[in-house]
Amino acid sequence: MALKVEHEIHQRRSGRNMGVAICLVGFVAIVLGLTVVKVQQIGAVQGFDHVVRPELAAGAGE
Amino acid sequence: MTDTTIQTHEGEASFGDYFALLKPRVMTLVVFTAFTGLLVAPVPVHPFIGFAAILFIAVGGGASGALNMWWDADIDSVMKRTRKRPIPSGKVAGDEALAIGLALSGFSVVMLGLATNWFAAGLLAFTIFFYAVVYSMWLKRSTPQNIVIGGAAGAFPPMIGWAAATGGVALESVLMFALIFMWTPPHFWALALFMRSDYDDAGVPMLTVTHGRPATRRHILAYTVLLAPLAVGLGLTSVGGPVYLVTAVLMNAWFLKGAVQIWRRDEGLAEADNYKVEKTFFRFSLYYLFAHFGALLADAALLRAGFGGALWL
Repeated sequence: MALKVEHEIHQRRSGRNMGVAICLVGFVAIVLGLTVVKVQQIGAVQGFDHVVRPELAAGAGE
Repeated sequence: MTDTTIQTHEGEASFGDYFALLKPRVMTLVVFTAFTGLLVAPVPVHPFIGFAAILFIAVGGGASGALNMWWDADIDSVMKRTRKRPIPSGKVAGDEALAIGLALSGFSVVMLGLATNWFAAGLLAFTIFFYAVVYSMWLKRSTPQNIVIGGAAGAFPPMIGWAAATGGVALESVLMFALIFMWTPPHFWALALFMRSDYDDAGVPMLTVTHGRPATRRHILAYTVLLAPLAVGLGLTSVGGPVYLVTAVLMNAWFLKGAVQIWRRDEGLAEADNYKVEKTFFRFSLYYLFAHFGALLADAALLRAGFGGALWL
């Protein structure tokens, strides 16, 4: 018995499966891209973390 | 015992059939006008966010197309032009089209909201609702003004593009909406005059049938007369520029001339030259819309290149 059984439905629907795969990969890429852009737009994110950071202290005084 | 029973489907749907549910040809207009609305807006948008916004607007437009095909499957199977669509041809089940339409509607609205803002997402949701419910379900089969109402759904994309960039509505985006809204009736009625449409068989009231062809010719002229000042007026707002104004003045002058010619003709004259004027007017109307939005893009590009004010001198 063959270890891998290639059913007829796999071939018949390969186009559809490929289309869905491309859509899913595209969706992941778009979500990743949006996340990167959105995070970059926020700018540098840092806060007081038990250590005095002069640049934040200067900003807080303005 | 067999685990599955596989039936061979001769007319089984391919990925392309599911894609056809989204009315890709209509989508090109949606993409182009939404892109223009987004690009001419005064607030710059990151290119990737702009790309994602246009994509989700296009998917939303496609979703409304799938819902429309689900609802109109009965009349699509009667008309020659639509008989080969995925549902009447038996390739995609009606329930599948409904599921795809609903799923993509929710997906596109939520993703547009997350990518840009919830005002733009709300406008997209309203557009889908307007096309699928107000136009397709309520009014398409009950009034010969269906073309006018359907035109509103097609007119929203530049407003959504603008809203994606700015988060709101402005005179400029309303005028872009008005341009497509007022352009749609003369465009489709010119087609209805020379296409011996099979809408009758499907029971869809068309102005050419319910009110007659002379009334349709008068309607084309009336909408074209109303369209011209709106189109030129858009050029006097912040998104207008020399390229747009010259384009709008020339194209509207020609469009008005064509509408007057159509109004003056009767059926005998039209049949004698095989609807030459009506066909030319229809073909020109396609260039008309692309030229107006293309000119807006050109002016926006010139402005960004630093030629905005210089060209007026």
